[in-house]
Amino acid sequence: MDFGPHLLLASLEGAVTAAILALTAMGLSIVFGVMRVVNVAHGEFYMLGAVIAWWVTSLIGGHPAIGFVLALGIAPLLVGFLAAAADKVILQKINYDPDRTIVATIGLLYIIQQTTLMTFGPDARPVQPPFNTRIALPWFEFGDAGFAMYWPWGLSITSYKLFVIMAAIGILTALWLVITRSKIGLIMRATQLDSETALAFGVPVDRVYMWVFGLGAGLAAVGAVLVVPIQQAHYLMGHDPLLLAFITVIIGGLGSLPGTVIAAILIGMSDGIISVFFSPTLAKIIATLVVAMVLAFRPQGLLGRTAH
Amino acid sequence: MDAVNILTTKGLTKAYGGIKANTDIDFALPRGKTMALIGPNGAGKSTFVGMLCGRIPATRGDVFFEGANINALPAHQRISLGIAYTFQITSVFAGLSLHENVALAARRRLGADVAAVNAKVADVLARVGLAERTDQIAGDLSYGHQRLLEIAMGLAQDPRLFILDEPTQGLADSEVEEFIALINTLAGETTILLIEHNMDVVMKTATHITVLDAGEVLAAGTPEEIRANAAVQAAYLGTSDA
Amino acid sequence: MTDSQRSQLLHLGVIALLFVAFFVLPTYHVGNLSRIMVLAVYAIGYNFLFGYTGLLSLGHALFFAAGMYGLGLSMELFDLTTAPALMVGLASALIVSAVIGFLALRTSGVSFMIVTLMFAQAGYLTILYFGSYTRGDEGFVIQQADRVLFGLDLSNDTARYFAALVLFSVCFLAVARLVQSPFGRTLVAIRENEERARMLGYNTVAHKLKAVVISGTIAGVAGAAYALLFGYAGATFATVQYSIFPLLWVLLGGAGTTIGPLIGVIFMFYLIDLSSDITSAYMLIAGVVLVLLTLFAPQGLAGELRKRVFKWMP
Repeated sequence: MDFGPHLLLASLEGAVTAAILALTAMGLSIVFGVMRVVNVAHGEFYMLGAVIAWWVTSLIGGHPAIGFVLALGIAPLLVGFLAAAADKVILQKINYDPDRTIVATIGLLYIIQQTTLMTFGPDARPVQPPFNTRIALPWFEFGDAGFAMYWPWGLSITSYKLFVIMAAIGILTALWLVITRSKIGLIMRATQLDSETALAFGVPVDRVYMWVFGLGAGLAAVGAVLVVPIQQAHYLMGHDPLLLAFITVIIGGLGSLPGTVIAAILIGMSDGIISVFFSPTLAKIIATLVVAMVLAFRPQGLLGRTAH
Repeated sequence: MDAVNILTTKGLTKAYGGIKANTDIDFALPRGKTMALIGPNGAGKSTFVGMLCGRIPATRGDVFFEGANINALPAHQRISLGIAYTFQITSVFAGLSLHENVALAARRRLGADVAAVNAKVADVLARVGLAERTDQIAGDLSYGHQRLLEIAMGLAQDPRLFILDEPTQGLADSEVEEFIALINTLAGETTILLIEHNMDVVMKTATHITVLDAGEVLAAGTPEEIRANAAVQAAYLGTSDA
Repeated sequence: MTDSQRSQLLHLGVIALLFVAFFVLPTYHVGNLSRIMVLAVYAIGYNFLFGYTGLLSLGHALFFAAGMYGLGLSMELFDLTTAPALMVGLASALIVSAVIGFLALRTSGVSFMIVTLMFAQAGYLTILYFGSYTRGDEGFVIQQADRVLFGLDLSNDTARYFAALVLFSVCFLAVARLVQSPFGRTLVAIRENEERARMLGYNTVAHKLKAVVISGTIAGVAGAAYALLFGYAGATFATVQYSIFPLLWVLLGGAGTTIGPLIGVIFMFYLIDLSSDITSAYMLIAGVVLVLLTLFAPQGLAGELRKRVFKWMP
């Protein structure tokens, strides 16, 4: 394949990564934004979403689409409830003390991951995509014969991957509307600005925190359900998304939602493109170093604004 | 070196965005005197002393200590020159004993000389009346006692200039009387810059007064001069029942 | 008896106990103890930064690995003998911790944790990337000929035990002394209230940097000793898990106490040892312990003991 078609293919793969990443990172970002909590177990909620999706689809027979749609509904709900429960039982009890929260969520990480290992096992398990038509893509070229259009071998995307991109856009738009337009969003924003005043105005801050934590985990689970027909479910699959989501949230400016989306697109696309042309390990080294440097020298993130 | 003024500022200004908290403050602090800095809430008093000791970076202007320009020095180096600072909101090492709190203040100057540090700690705690509580944990003290501890930590540094940011805020009347007595025993020993709301404390301790209003120096002089100053009366004393 | 005499007695007692343990305990536990002592050195280094200075790093595996690979690679690639290789291990940990400390200390709190985590992750990936030298996850064996220090064959069980004991004792006593010194007291002051410490005239940034370097170098020495005593260096020791272990040990044993690190390692070691007989998911135990600790005993075993019984404990 020539360079041009190759780049297009890499960009499309990157767009899929970006879509999943935007969902996962958004969950982390909302939790950090509203609660100031760094949830180290976020990647495990993602993994749990994928594992539950596998479980649901393997229970349901028939057309793969039925199982998939059910999983898309059930997995995020279950994960969200579990996270909300963890918030109530653990994080609320330690009063969201920053150090202890980190330690507790590290503990949670191992509990979820190892429990999955004991029940689900160490194997990677696939989930059938609901539909998976290969769509060949054309490429244009000015050759000796003038302008020509042809179909390079290997330049294609599946209908499912296109669906993932669309679904992510749809979910994020819906989320945006909820946060900016609805009463629930208003309560969330009030709690984020000043939890004590919110409490004084009758906002049940404890309950808001609980459901925000659940929502954050649920978003990760949605991302995982979408990715699992492409990637397979595995008990260690939460590690990379956690790291990438962290990177995204930091680059986007801690707690800034539009920043998170833009950073997810930036990072997902460049991850896709860099991994096609360079060693993925090198790409990860560069990405982690960049994040560490950004945090050290521009702690408000690339897109965040300086506070006084 | 032994100039009349221990500290002076020239055109000291602090702007937050477009809003000026302090505008072109020229200020002189005579050596060995007790200067009170007064003014209504939001006049910029804390911003001003924050710029003196380096907690708040100045937008422009100069600070001179003992004749030398200290603009470029970070806070800890200014403190090392002999400027002690007590916080407006009590800030002690809540998890450590009183002894350790004061020892930390003394140790920076006295170093590893354990005997000298212990003697200094005992002396200073006795002076503020906390001697019998030396092994208690600072966080367990009453608010008034924490304020006294804060002052003890300042004294333990043997400061050349001692800046106290609203030291009597939240103290009971009897404690305020003790504070006034304590400050008066320091008179002549060191230079004191006192931010204070309680006019009774100001009149009983200060030899000089500077009045800030809306980020600018409104008046400066002896307590008598300030009392007689019409502008001050209008801006500040008249509206205060203290 | 004054408090400082008591604590000196306690420290010497712990060392004496470890000395006697060699002659009393069965071989299996003696082997475990040599490993525990080296890991306790790692924990002591971590505790110096976390327990005494109040900085929570999630990247100490990088320092441990710097020591380990400093020693291992200089032996593998440049044929250095044991003593110089050990010095290279120490020096690499010192340099790495100075650089990381300088960069990471521009931040604080949660950002500090994430920055250290990110640097450690980059370090781990770098070890994988240069797999042709480091042999990545698989790691490499340190030849027995390279494991002779001052005429002692460290692959021998007895020599290994006492080498570990000497290293542990030196670090244990040195750190116990250091935290009582004016420097150590200032670090505690920074942990308690950094702004106040700064406004007493202490250069808090310089103090914290020194603390990171001391802590990182001790961790690196532990890493080098681990490679030397157990004859193996591998990328596993650079993973996030090995950054979390010392945090776990110190929290369990008691942050900011001198004996906490040892207690924490012993407890965790045997907890995992016993549970790995039952299940392969032994890290589940670590997770449960972490959560229970944050909920019920945030000061750890030694910390709770100090609070309730022995108030004089260092």
